[in-house]
Amino acid sequence: MFSLHNFFVFFGGIAIVSALLCITRRSPIASALWLVVTLFAIAALFVLLDAQFIAVLQVLVYAGAIMVLFLFVIMLLNLGRPGPSDIKGPLALGVAVLLGGAMLFLLNPLSRTTLPGSIQLPAGSVAALQQQRGIIGAVANPLFDAYLIPFEIASVLLLAAIVGAVVLAKRKL
Amino acid sequence: MLNSALAISAILFTIGVAGVLFRRNAIVIFMCVELMLNAVNLTFVALAQVLGIGGQVFVLFVMAVAAAEAAVGLSIILAVYRHKQSVSLQNMNLLKDG
Repeated sequence: MFSLHNFFVFFGGIAIVSALLCITRRSPIASALWLVVTLFAIAALFVLLDAQFIAVLQVLVYAGAIMVLFLFVIMLLNLGRPGPSDIKGPLALGVAVLLGGAMLFLLNPLSRTTLPGSIQLPAGSVAALQQQRGIIGAVANPLFDAYLIPFEIASVLLLAAIVGAVVLAKRKL
Repeated sequence: MLNSALAISAILFTIGVAGVLFRRNAIVIFMCVELMLNAVNLTFVALAQVLGIGGQVFVLFVMAVAAAEAAVGLSIILAVYRHKQSVSLQNMNLLKDG
């Protein structure tokens, strides 16, 4: 009854329903709040997939920091009041549903895929690594080892983003 | 569980694409892009379970890029709003011919 897979489908269902509500609500505030629900549901999926640290980061960075930034901009621009709908007409809606259906059809084989056994790790080896090094250590060790250069590049990228945001937000250059 | 994770992430990605296609509000379109990034993160984490911890490390990079993108993108939207008094993509047609 309460198997791991049932929980997985339950949270996946929450994520999908709230994502649908997110793209169909008229008010940007409602969209943002439904997106927060989606992000929390995805964090729950991360926990079920043995990625507890990533789930914590998801809640802190996405549902916390990034969505607060979005809500802040929406409120700064005073877009919360009801106005004319920004959803496009029936033609664009039809095109979106058609293209979405085509894309879902193309992505559908993913749900039946099986990885060749030769590239798979033995079952439970990620959990074993987390037992051995700790949940954070399992992610942090490769970050300072195999992925050191991408890590440094990410820090430069964040610095560039900070400078860029300040420059763009200035009233006069 | 791997296959249902991949199916859920495919559905979430498609919802994000559909949202980008049929909304006009720049901020909502931006949120749909974040939704697509999250769908990809879900794929990374699901495959990290069978292919090694590298997938989880990569999610960290995706999150860093998403945070940088959100900061810069939202300040661009603010700058456009100051210019046009609107965030609707209908009004952003400066490069359109005629």
